[in-house]
Amino acid sequence: MSTHELTAETSPDGTLILTLQGAWKLGTLPPEQDALLAGIAAGGTIQRLGFTTAGLEQWDSGLLIFLAQLFDICRRNGIAIDQSGLPDGVCKLMKLAAPENQRTGVTHGEQRPPFLERVADAAIDQLKGFREMLAFIGDLTLTFGKLLRGKAVFRRLDLITTIQETGAQALPIVSLISLLVGMILAFVAAIQLELFGAQIYVADVVGIGMVRVMGAIMTGIVMAGRTGAAFAAQLGTMQVNEEIDALETLGFSPVEFLVLPRMLALMLMMPLLCIYADLMGVLGGMIVGVGMLDIGIMEYINESKAALNLTHFLVGLLHSFVFGILVAISGCLRGIQCQRSASAVGYAATSAVVTGIVSIIVATAIITLSCQVLGI
Amino acid sequence: MSEPVQVPTSAAGSAIEVRDLEMSYGSFVLMRDLTFTIRQGDIFIIMGGSGCGKSTLLKHLVGLKQPARGQISYAGISYWEAEPKEQELLKRRFGVLFQSGALWSSMTLAENIAMPLEQYTSLTPSQVRELASFKLSLVGLGGFEDFYPSEISGGMMKRAGLARAMALDPDILFFDEPSAGLDPISARLLDDLIIELSKSLGTTVVVVTHELASIFAIGTNSVFLDPDLKTMTATGDPKRLLKESSDPKVINFLTRGKSAQHL
Repeated sequence: MSTHELTAETSPDGTLILTLQGAWKLGTLPPEQDALLAGIAAGGTIQRLGFTTAGLEQWDSGLLIFLAQLFDICRRNGIAIDQSGLPDGVCKLMKLAAPENQRTGVTHGEQRPPFLERVADAAIDQLKGFREMLAFIGDLTLTFGKLLRGKAVFRRLDLITTIQETGAQALPIVSLISLLVGMILAFVAAIQLELFGAQIYVADVVGIGMVRVMGAIMTGIVMAGRTGAAFAAQLGTMQVNEEIDALETLGFSPVEFLVLPRMLALMLMMPLLCIYADLMGVLGGMIVGVGMLDIGIMEYINESKAALNLTHFLVGLLHSFVFGILVAISGCLRGIQCQRSASAVGYAATSAVVTGIVSIIVATAIITLSCQVLGI
Repeated sequence: MSEPVQVPTSAAGSAIEVRDLEMSYGSFVLMRDLTFTIRQGDIFIIMGGSGCGKSTLLKHLVGLKQPARGQISYAGISYWEAEPKEQELLKRRFGVLFQSGALWSSMTLAENIAMPLEQYTSLTPSQVRELASFKLSLVGLGGFEDFYPSEISGGMMKRAGLARAMALDPDILFFDEPSAGLDPISARLLDDLIIELSKSLGTTVVVVTHELASIFAIGTNSVFLDPDLKTMTATGDPKRLLKESSDPKVINFLTRGKSAQHL
């Protein structure tokens, strides 16, 4: 028999006898159970609850949740429960889940604090984060002092591997991005300049634009997404695996041992990548200029040469050097701050990219403004 | 501090003294009023149910976490009142085996063990290599020098972690759940190794564990942490605690809850 039945019968002494029959399984529970539960909850003359289960063929958690709800209502209404009619297994499971076998006073944290308290907490957290960042930068500065005195302890192999990862292996993506940005700049400039028949100045726009800022910014953003996230994930995983604790207990400074080689690698590689990106950008501009605007190759090169000077080039390099520091700091800081779980590593990587990109844009604004004021 | 520096090994008897220690995460107090002494040569067990703060106590004992209140002294030197240089010297006397081994994943096993040796000793590279191989063979990992941590099993990582913890011949060895994740035979072998090290080298051993078999097999002294009372409720030789303790929670723990009413 695959059907299931629930019949309720009240005896004169106030005992409600429930007769369960058939298969009581998840998804096939009789609809009358809700009415029954509501009936008992409404109160009445019921004093005791008993069961007959001779016809019960199969049961699973479906029966158990029904009983849990039922017992809960009975306890609240002071109705005694006689479980003797239930199968042995059901009794044991219900006893395990009974309230007296649960821990008392379990609360998940405290009650949600009032609005002002939450605002204050958030502000204090921000301040704490800012202080941590300052402490990290301070630590890093001291470590650089140590490096200059030749006392910094880190593995040379780590530095070389990181240089390879952040330098040579980043070339393909940097090539693609800067070539496309060069082409985009050329297109945008061409639309305006064609109006005046001044297409040749596309070379000036692309050359100065790429060499002075765009090459550095695009490299910076690519590296923030590629390397900053990688640093945060690497250090975060080391934090989760207690590898950083192991370093500290053996007296190695994590900043010296892990952050310094990554920082050095990016400080070295970013300017080199930037020069490369400048070249690729100019090449992109040239493809558009020569291919679509009928400018001769030599003509384009000569115009670019005339437009560019060493100042533009150095300003670009300064940008990329600063971006290298920023990407390394944001990646390593978020990695070191990482909590001890897998999702925290993901958060650290995301946070590193966001911090990296925001700081790159802010730094660009500051440098550009300073150059403007100083007339560079 | 301008007081004369005490020679760390001079104090007789006590290796670690904990006084009125309070541990907290922010404003949440995990444990308070912890006071106990770990004698030299002890195999000291930190026990208690899951989540009661055993591993956090270990982090305090190895100098990774600063106590909210109280003192931890090693051979008479209070760690958190010492100068950073002195702290470094103290730390160098510790060897720590973390729960998962915590091997540095970018280095081979030999390089992991060689790191502290290269840093703190004046051995030649070939001597370092030889010593690293020897330490690995002590834990049954001879021949695995050039393996990376990702290439070996969890139990092997733990043993390699032990080899690294022993690299500098520490005076005090700390173990965080040494038998967690090990099969019974490996766990037993590790216990034997701990007793062997403690006896032959006179190393003081501090073990965080809730494995009863280990506790009775190796422990010579212990502290029991009670998460409900947020403090320690018993200290002493676990075998004696089992016989003499009057605290039902301690007895319950040490008898696997046999005295409690279950199904």
